[in-house]
Amino acid sequence: MTTPGGPGDDGPAGSLSGVGVSPGVVVGPVRRMADAVGQPPAGPPVEPDAREAEAARIVTAMAAVRDDLAARAARAFGEAVEVLEATALMAADPALAGAARERVTGRGLRAEAAVWEAAGEVAATLAALGGYLGERARDVHDVRDRIVAALTGRPAPGVPSPGHPFVLVARDLAPADTATLDPAQVLAIVTEAGGPTSHTAILARSLGIPAVVAVPGAAGLADGTEVLVDGRAGTVSREVSDADRERVARLAGAARRTFAGRGRTGSGTHVPLLANVGDVAGAEAAAAAGAEGVGLFRTEFCFLDRHEAPSVAEQAAVYTGVLAAFAGRRVVLRTLDAGADKPMPFLSDGQAPGEEPNPALGVRGLRTSWRRPEVLDDQLRAIADAARGGSAEVWVMAPMVATADEAAAFAARCAAHGLERAGVMVEVPAAALTADAVLAHAAFASLGTNDLLQYTTAADRMLPALVGLNDPFQPALLHLVRTTCEAGARRSRPVGVCGEAAADPALACVLVGLGATSLSMSPAALPDVAAALAGASDEDCRRAARAALAAPSAAAARAAVREALPHLADLAL
Amino acid sequence: MAQRSVVIASPVGLHARPAATFAAAAAAAPLPVTIRKAAGGDPVPAGSILSVLTLGAAHGDEVVIEATGDGADDVLDALADLLATDGTAPRATDGAA
Repeated sequence: MTTPGGPGDDGPAGSLSGVGVSPGVVVGPVRRMADAVGQPPAGPPVEPDAREAEAARIVTAMAAVRDDLAARAARAFGEAVEVLEATALMAADPALAGAARERVTGRGLRAEAAVWEAAGEVAATLAALGGYLGERARDVHDVRDRIVAALTGRPAPGVPSPGHPFVLVARDLAPADTATLDPAQVLAIVTEAGGPTSHTAILARSLGIPAVVAVPGAAGLADGTEVLVDGRAGTVSREVSDADRERVARLAGAARRTFAGRGRTGSGTHVPLLANVGDVAGAEAAAAAGAEGVGLFRTEFCFLDRHEAPSVAEQAAVYTGVLAAFAGRRVVLRTLDAGADKPMPFLSDGQAPGEEPNPALGVRGLRTSWRRPEVLDDQLRAIADAARGGSAEVWVMAPMVATADEAAAFAARCAAHGLERAGVMVEVPAAALTADAVLAHAAFASLGTNDLLQYTTAADRMLPALVGLNDPFQPALLHLVRTTCEAGARRSRPVGVCGEAAADPALACVLVGLGATSLSMSPAALPDVAAALAGASDEDCRRAARAALAAPSAAAARAAVREALPHLADLAL
Repeated sequence: MAQRSVVIASPVGLHARPAATFAAAAAAAPLPVTIRKAAGGDPVPAGSILSVLTLGAAHGDEVVIEATGDGADDVLDALADLLATDGTAPRATDGAA
């Protein structure tokens, strides 16, 4: 038996263990994501009479990379199409080809070294231009790596596309890798790095792909090896028995759980089950999945990759689309959450990203509005415009609120725009500890458990070595949840949870037992959470919560909760 | 040599999709075409997206496109039209994907 709370070593039966972050059991062949391409060695110069032939290799490799990227563009969706089409064009760029060719014919560089150097020069020029163009340097590096991989006979970097379903094994996945990830082809994701709140985990849950992260031995899995991946237990087994295959086939054949559209505990208490969404398409998918509303609309997605803030009209159009998907129902919009891992050039005032020594503790979330109040005012105006145009119940909340004064100031600015339901995210321990004062001004609170946890345990949630401290069963986190919920109850303010913790069926029961009045999650998690809640009475939830609060560790809390909620095992949750 | 002076109409400048659309069209032309900023600077191949990007031409900047040979006028007219009318396809649902 593995410990789901922390990474383990190679098990006795060819089994690896890590942290299960997205449930599901599958069997499939491994395909590894190729390692990064490094600078090719210069080597001895190419003899003059061999240079033409060497230069011709560049043209062939560039054409092959262009064709591959164009083929990927044809299979991709949404924004990824545009990105891939542009990179395909770069891969066969005549100026790049000419610059690389000159280095071979003139100086006798090997083809791969010539491409590396020529592309590096272009990337440096773009980087020096800054802003949007500076960001394109990344695309040039990607193209360079692909051409060099083709020239040296190595697999192309990035997510493989072998043409059949596979288990993707990688060190970690960057947001750019995930743009082209096809859920119909990727049976499961196994990564060596990452934690429960990493990009990989969030993406896997939103796509409903089973995933295990922080698996120490993942690097040793060879291409083509058949593995059994259990995304709840957090195991990857290299020994697949016929019984395993039958079990997987049975699970796949069984009717998948669905959500009927109203979250209730076994006692009948209504606990609205809401969705976390980032754009109009996501909102429409969430509505189709039965979500009772939106508990977290991450509005920054329409600000990303922009060198100027979008106009009020442009923002209002996106917000209107999301509100329209939930007419007559609740939609909680979080105002711009920039900073830290989501830098936005137009907010940085010429300050280069990375200039803050500790961005997670820097000018992020609501704090960016201290310097640029007009960005927040424009956003509130756009939200108010969109709200007037539809029938959704519009709630607005600010990210990274730390003090009651900040809550009061935010509520006042919302009121000035006619937005009466103004609340706060509680993701800073200070806000949780002073929740009573904060909720004197805020109409509601939403617990962002991912950040609240990393700030409470002082453990960067992206560091695999700290996975155990970022376990949402940490009793310290649950104490802060309780403090916040109790303050909400005293002041008759709703307190929901919109962090990843709400998507865990066992924790969902605990959060309700602690007093959470709604839960918001990836739509894919709704059916399991609804089933877990329906099988637990209000008293069961409170008992599980008390057991977790009293536990000395995350692992002990998890075990105590499962003991208090035996129905979870019956539901295979 | 035929040439056209054009003011960039795309609100984002000659970046992103506008640059890609323009470079793809220039690369498909039967003649080599160059582009430079009217304010100064060396001409660069218009069929190279990387060269077009590094021009850093913003909305409202004037650029000069040039070509030599049979049909040069037709080629330049079509390319100038792309730049001057924002025929380089604005995104319909910005940020909504």
